[in-house]
Amino acid sequence: MKRAVVIGGGIAGIQASLDLADRGFEVHLVEKSPSIGGHMAQLDKTFPTNDCSMCILSPKMIMCADHANIKLHTYSEVEGVSGDFPKFKVTIKEKARYVDVTKCTGCGDCIAKCPVKVPWEFEEGLAQRKAIYLPFPQAVPRKVTIDGDHCRMIQSKKCGVCKKVCQAGAIDYDQKDRYVEVDTSAIIVATGFELMDTSVMSQYCLGVCKDVVTSLQLERILSASGPTGGHLARPSDHQEPKKLAFVQCVGSRDSHTHGYCSSVCCMYATKESILAREHAPGLEATIFYMDMRATGKGFQEFVSRARQNYGVRYIRSRPAKVQSPEGGSGVLVSYETRGLSGESVTEEFDMLVLCPALIPSKGAKELSKTLGIDLDEDGFIDTPDLARPVDTSRKGILACGFISGPIDIPDSVSQASAAAARAAELIEGGDR
Amino acid sequence: MTRIGVFICHCGHNIASTVNVEEVVEYAKTLPGVAYAGHNLYSCSEEGLGSIKRSIKENDLDRVVVAACTPRTHEPLFRRACEQAGINKYLFEFVNIREHCSWIHAKEPKEATEKAKKLVAMGVAKAALLKPQTEGESAVLPAAVVIGGGLSGLAATSSLVEQDIETHLVEITDRLGGLLCDVTTVGPEGKDARALIEEMVRRIEASPKAHIHMKARVSEVKGFIGNFEVTINDCDGPVKVPAGAIIVATGTRELVPTGEYGFGRYPQVITQLDLEKRLAKGERPNRVVFINCVGSRQPGREYCSRVCCNVTLKNALKLAKASPDSRIHVIHRDIMSSGIAAEKLYKETSDSGVKFLRYGLESPPEVIGDGDGVKVLVFDETLDETIHLEADLVVLAVPMVPPDDSETTAKLLKVPRDKFGFFLEAHVKLRPVEFATDGVFICGSARWPVSARECIWQGMAAAAKASIPIKEGKVVIQAITAEVDPDKCAACGNCVLACPYEAIEIVEQDGRRAAKVNEAQCKGCGTCVAACHNDAISQKGFTSNQLTAMIDALVKSALEASR
Repeated sequence: MKRAVVIGGGIAGIQASLDLADRGFEVHLVEKSPSIGGHMAQLDKTFPTNDCSMCILSPKMIMCADHANIKLHTYSEVEGVSGDFPKFKVTIKEKARYVDVTKCTGCGDCIAKCPVKVPWEFEEGLAQRKAIYLPFPQAVPRKVTIDGDHCRMIQSKKCGVCKKVCQAGAIDYDQKDRYVEVDTSAIIVATGFELMDTSVMSQYCLGVCKDVVTSLQLERILSASGPTGGHLARPSDHQEPKKLAFVQCVGSRDSHTHGYCSSVCCMYATKESILAREHAPGLEATIFYMDMRATGKGFQEFVSRARQNYGVRYIRSRPAKVQSPEGGSGVLVSYETRGLSGESVTEEFDMLVLCPALIPSKGAKELSKTLGIDLDEDGFIDTPDLARPVDTSRKGILACGFISGPIDIPDSVSQASAAAARAAELIEGGDR
Repeated sequence: MTRIGVFICHCGHNIASTVNVEEVVEYAKTLPGVAYAGHNLYSCSEEGLGSIKRSIKENDLDRVVVAACTPRTHEPLFRRACEQAGINKYLFEFVNIREHCSWIHAKEPKEATEKAKKLVAMGVAKAALLKPQTEGESAVLPAAVVIGGGLSGLAATSSLVEQDIETHLVEITDRLGGLLCDVTTVGPEGKDARALIEEMVRRIEASPKAHIHMKARVSEVKGFIGNFEVTINDCDGPVKVPAGAIIVATGTRELVPTGEYGFGRYPQVITQLDLEKRLAKGERPNRVVFINCVGSRQPGREYCSRVCCNVTLKNALKLAKASPDSRIHVIHRDIMSSGIAAEKLYKETSDSGVKFLRYGLESPPEVIGDGDGVKVLVFDETLDETIHLEADLVVLAVPMVPPDDSETTAKLLKVPRDKFGFFLEAHVKLRPVEFATDGVFICGSARWPVSARECIWQGMAAAAKASIPIKEGKVVIQAITAEVDPDKCAACGNCVLACPYEAIEIVEQDGRRAAKVNEAQCKGCGTCVAACHNDAISQKGFTSNQLTAMIDALVKSALEASR
């Protein structure tokens, strides 16, 4: 059977896999974390229609899992690639999850009894999960995973509670990494982005001032399935903020960190402002920005609506300093107003949201070496040929979604379909 | 007696924080025909679907009602779960207690719970009368038609023929490449536009599967996914082309300014495309003022046209580099250079000496005559005063607008457009290159103004979507269609006129005339059912007795509640 390997199970990887599978190809979808879904699964709503993110994503995740032509390799990584187009051999490492997935029913008894708590990645550290866990309620596949770095049994052979309570007998502390080899003629890389660690930019006080959060943390706070059950609460005292501010371009469009524009922050800050106001009527949202980039379909109208109907205040200024006021709650933001008459202002807000540079996902560099493809100077996968916009520097290896440069969800989806088309051309057409 | 299973979804907090789910479950257990009622945290999760499937087996259920969110996104999942558990998937009924209940009644939990009960009662009443249905299959013709020979149409055609799919490319003018024909270089990368078009055309011409129709337009489209008949009119007259799928790539055009900034009065005031033509001739004027957002991002035409800033940057840089003593100004509202390459271009342009001045809608610049030349007066926000710029040329960045014939195209294909006249895709987030109409796809600037790179990948994406049914060779015909009882039909033709999909015709059968529904073409909208005077048409899955049963259940439930 004709076959493709897709690396990365976010929305781009999911779409590319579905298109190829519907087209009749066998697809091996390799995802690093225990569930597919990617960042889109973490979002509360999506701009500019405020569609519930999980509600539109979850059917696609299930379709992936159910599709006769898709083989999911979650908690897996591409370890090696040998050969050349059109005959690659891809080695996939399925990491030990210490759980027999053929037996696990996802009942959650083990999670309830596990004594170890660790910061929850899906909740951006705002809540804790157990050492044996489901990454989130709608996870696909719905199989638990033991986080070996934190499990007492794996680390020091002292515990074993999960094995005792598992009625399915699915726990296997001796499980080893497995290696699977797949022959393929096309590889699609869709490994996405992550947030830059902006705590290194001390002027923004992230990690020091409790009420400074990242935009992805706010997304979880706004989510009905999030750590606060959808109640808008600031971290320091769990009070509902009345004044909320966003800082755009934190670490991006900045020659000291990342020169490029992350493309999606203007719009998601606008969305989060609207949602915050819907959660807390009367809330006053302020967005500090450089250029308001609202270039997509319905985007400009979305910004106008935020301004007119939700009273969102857009201030073109880049705050220079953020401080913690006495008492520890809220933030003091110092910024300049525009023009010759511009002055320095320090304004107090109840909570501050940073919109950090979005950077290539962890491991992109190693993966690029494994695959033998070039990265651009910002670390994204290079797709140099305008006429073949999803081709990387190596024939037969394609890229789509955020890993080939900042992009929003609909563009990721269409680019993923484009990658599927290109893969189909290569698989069927041979050397063209 | 039926054995109905009812599953109420919490949807995390989305439903459960308003509707008392357990109370609705207990209520559902009392409804006639219900053999089981339960609830799930997320019914659509693997766990939720698994529990429904288990329950079907354990309780020997023959009908399933899920009260959760919307059938638009989730019905296929639950139908499939039923099928996997051995129940015909049309014996599934969806009740929406989120959009129709918990979300809109978030502040009235008690009333919302009562409403949820009524909705569930109606769903159960309908479910009891559901009948199993079988889905048909329809063959797909192994060919595609691409309308528009601009960059996105070329990309779509190229991808289709490289997948060995017979493709007809229909171009209205006498040249391929669309707007790019009038452009020097494209993209922040500065690729030669002509070379790009030639490369795409070469790929297409290399394939025996490609048929290019120049100076041609589509005059008629009949049929449905897999089985379209497209009439193409060119100089040799009309030809009818069979096609399994159609891709719309009709592009965009530049708005003609209506006198803004002295356009039409001063010859020095031109548009971006005018400038491109002059650059192609080798002209490199020294003193140039670019004014952005002319006729866009303002009341009446609120949208940002996405590509103009990058075009301005590209040409401003080109002019600045052409001469060391050039004086280039860009007057803008925001510079929309999203991403990596565009932002780099912005930086390079500002480093090259091009001056950027920002204006607000409340204080737009002004162009006045100045002897033989023109002057631009602009309020400088930093200096807090109006400055005068002498200019050899003033270049207006006007937005891209739909081509004049886009309404005709929309009517031909029965596809929707947005309020600005751009084509409306099936789902703005997750189905960007599909129309709601099966088998018809959209790409490039006909959907929304996009860059050359985006045009190409969207064309490829549309090709990916079109190739799926074509390569599969068949499509499934959904079973929720209208059906005619010929004994009751008077062949009056009301339904034929009412049907928006041209799915009904009057035919002679067994010596009498009656309406006949083409199931492959029927979308199950029900319009014909309402139009029929004789009650001769019914809609599978929405029959009169099913709907009456729902109303009865509602009344009964309301009476009980008021007691």
